[in-house]
Amino acid sequence: MTFLQVEDLKVHFPIKGGIFGRTVGHIKAVDGVSFSLEKGKTYGLVGESGSGKTTTGRAIIGLNNITSGKVAYNGHDITNIKKAKLDIRKDIQMIFQDPYSSLNPKKRVLDIIAEPLRNFEKLSKQEEKKRVQELLELVGLSPESILKYPHEFSGGQRQRIGIARAIALKPKLIIADEPVSALDVSVQAQVLNFMQEIQKELDLTYLFISHDLGVIKHMCDHIGIMYKGRYVEEGTTANIFDNPQHIYTKRLVAAIPDIDPNKREAQAQFRQAVKEEYEQSYNDYFDEEGLAYKLQPISETHSVALPEKG
Amino acid sequence: MSNQLLEIKNLKTSFRIKDNYYAAVDDLTLTVNKNEVLAIVGESGCGKSALAFSIMGLHNRAKIEGNILYKGQDIANMPASKLNKLRGKDMGMIFQDPLTALNPLMEVGEQIGEVLMLHNKSMSKTERVEKVIELLNKVGIPRAAHTFGQFPHELSGGMRQRVVIAMAIANEPELLIADEPTTALDVTIQSQILDLIKELKEDMHAGIIMITHDLGVVAEMADRVAVMYAGQIVEIADVQTLFSNPKHPYTRSLLNSVPNASETQSKLHVIQGIVPALQNLPRKGCRFSPRVPWVDKDAHEENPVLHEVTPGHFVRCTCYKEFQFPDESQGGATS
Repeated sequence: MTFLQVEDLKVHFPIKGGIFGRTVGHIKAVDGVSFSLEKGKTYGLVGESGSGKTTTGRAIIGLNNITSGKVAYNGHDITNIKKAKLDIRKDIQMIFQDPYSSLNPKKRVLDIIAEPLRNFEKLSKQEEKKRVQELLELVGLSPESILKYPHEFSGGQRQRIGIARAIALKPKLIIADEPVSALDVSVQAQVLNFMQEIQKELDLTYLFISHDLGVIKHMCDHIGIMYKGRYVEEGTTANIFDNPQHIYTKRLVAAIPDIDPNKREAQAQFRQAVKEEYEQSYNDYFDEEGLAYKLQPISETHSVALPEKG
Repeated sequence: MSNQLLEIKNLKTSFRIKDNYYAAVDDLTLTVNKNEVLAIVGESGCGKSALAFSIMGLHNRAKIEGNILYKGQDIANMPASKLNKLRGKDMGMIFQDPLTALNPLMEVGEQIGEVLMLHNKSMSKTERVEKVIELLNKVGIPRAAHTFGQFPHELSGGMRQRVVIAMAIANEPELLIADEPTTALDVTIQSQILDLIKELKEDMHAGIIMITHDLGVVAEMADRVAVMYAGQIVEIADVQTLFSNPKHPYTRSLLNSVPNASETQSKLHVIQGIVPALQNLPRKGCRFSPRVPWVDKDAHEENPVLHEVTPGHFVRCTCYKEFQFPDESQGGATS
């Protein structure tokens, strides 16, 4: 049984217009996305801003309403999270992108991290405090900081408070929405290493949403690439990075800055070549509306959005 | 040298915390030449943005000591009225966060126009609008005339950043300070923005100070690189040297902590400890020493200074000679 199965997920946002505020159209933020997660693995969702990757993550956890499609967690239908039989909110947690806005500035660290505990577990004040301190230690913050407020911490520390909150209930699946985008490289390294450590320790599954391909490559086993609400390519990390098939993926991979300044010229030429290819063959890879086609499997693990051969 | 555009001498920018001044930029000396991209790399809190703000005179209550010579005139202690004639005209700045750098209640075209108006009073309104549209085209905004009348919230992050860039280059500055210009952007947009900055450099022969923590961006863009830690430059070299032969432990640690798309490493290097808060910064001795505790105390200098290793390549402190990563001796780490 797959751990998390997303089938033909669609999230459309209405566009209101006219004097009566009627719905005049829809923004198809997520338009028919399917993928499945294996337990204990990390699945990367990549795309530019506006590609619908965050919306996908939020829809799974129930922060966005699902227009159609199906989400199944461990065999249970959780498409409508409010009606779901088992309390999924305990098993699925989210790490948010921006550590500056995802923590309530008026709450102490103790209250922030204890909030999920208070919702689901009945602990005494003492137990709660102890748990929070343990969690803080687990994420590498000093247990004395429970009475501090978020503004007293640096960005990396705040993100770790966010992680502590996410793992407070010992979840099974964590949706990490750009967890390190706001952080410095060395702090980023800390958070990424830490996320890998707790993954092993708690047998976590990650849905890792990011636009940073370096981070994605480092963290993920499987990768899905999104563009305008649809998948353009899906495969293992090796499939995507060593053998990108879709022109959009090629362009994305080419756009990563190379860390070797001597390759600057070669990289620029390569990028230019990919850009030309992109412009020339755009119509072969996207339909009239500029959207990607349906995914076609090209190997066991690798599928690419290509037009159906007629 | 006539090629010098900006010369910073012993700059010390201090902030007041509870009746004491603490230097965020500590005795920093640096030059920027024309037609050069100087990258300043470091983590948050190392003083790189404080440096940028000092150059632009944007600090409100900081104490600034030392000299910042822009084409020979000292702008560090220049009155705001005089500085305002330079800022936005000869010196432009691209801010990190395009959303907070823009006025949410003003059309973007007007905001760009404002920069033009302030430095060129004789320009007529039609000329100004034309110029703004030209600028918007230059930074690669499609449908420039339409974008002119839009508000910042109607634009995507990449578009906003382009607007901020258009604003910074409106008066063709000779010195451009880009404070994390692509941090908030996607890779494809990032590569477009970087290409744009490269083009601007070629067009205007401006000196560009590029502040970033993204070493990939540095490798792509910079001619010279200065690595900052705790308010000081710890290493400065041209870009090839810095990446092929990094010396200072901090530079080497940083390079090792980047997840690299072209290689796979099982675990990223983590620099031990944290960047000390401004008040707790050790002002004596090697500032990086608490974070490399395994390095012998005697390896550090008492008062670390920049040593010229090879021409143009400076490294602070002597500890680089003995520095090794803890797992290096077992042959675990890659160089």
